[in-house]
Amino acid sequence: MTSVRILYFASVREHAGLSEETVMPPADVADVRSLVVWLRARGGRPGAALADLRHIRIAVNQAHASLDHAVGPDDEVAFFPPITGGRRQ
Amino acid sequence: MIRVQREDFSPGTEIDRLYAGNSGIGGVAVFVGLVRDLNRGPVLRAMSLEHYPGMTERELTRIEDAARARWPLQDVLIIHRFGRLEPGDRIVLVAAAAAHRDDAFEACRFLIDLLKTEAPFWKHEETANGGHWVEARDTDAVAATRWSSSSPTAGNPGPSRPRHARDRG
Repeated sequence: MTSVRILYFASVREHAGLSEETVMPPADVADVRSLVVWLRARGGRPGAALADLRHIRIAVNQAHASLDHAVGPDDEVAFFPPITGGRRQ
Repeated sequence: MIRVQREDFSPGTEIDRLYAGNSGIGGVAVFVGLVRDLNRGPVLRAMSLEHYPGMTERELTRIEDAARARWPLQDVLIIHRFGRLEPGDRIVLVAAAAAHRDDAFEACRFLIDLLKTEAPFWKHEETANGGHWVEARDTDAVAATRWSSSSPTAGNPGPSRPRHARDRG
């Protein structure tokens, strides 16, 4: 696979320590699930930020997506917490 | 149409502009969302709204398209702000213009309910005790499921779809 652009937002961005990066995962990374596994194995703060996916939502190419969504060359994958627009807790 | 902006807006000006020149509009239903302080815990000083530029516009357009597919609307306007806001500031405006009020009211409610769960915005609150991210509320997801039979992801229901075929609220 060629490069994949990764974006982090809100609390996930703070945990990851960066807002975006471009990565070059191996060819066997074909969906979001395997991308997450690879990012975790790579280590560092972005990997730690993705340790618990229960509170993380995903978008692929700016559309909501599941862990099973395919990821290919030049895709944009975003990780962020559940949306909180419009309300205060 | 949709707009995502840092600047404030004038609801009166926006509504005037929405129906100007369109005599097919019989009414406009409007929702204006504000930054509030619930007085639970430390006093809210400010709130910062972070969003996902690009995806935000796509999601809001998708929500508008879903409303237009479901109700016979003359026009739709969604304005959403981002950046640092203080209590009392306007955050969002949703307006649905239709020939008849039922369509306008229902579409307006649909638009704001979906916006709260689908549009990628996150709130960071600033109080005297410091800052924290606001957690998502289950009630937002429940409000959105009211419309689950016509989720934007379910595709275009088509103009012949019965208007009251939605799930119970």
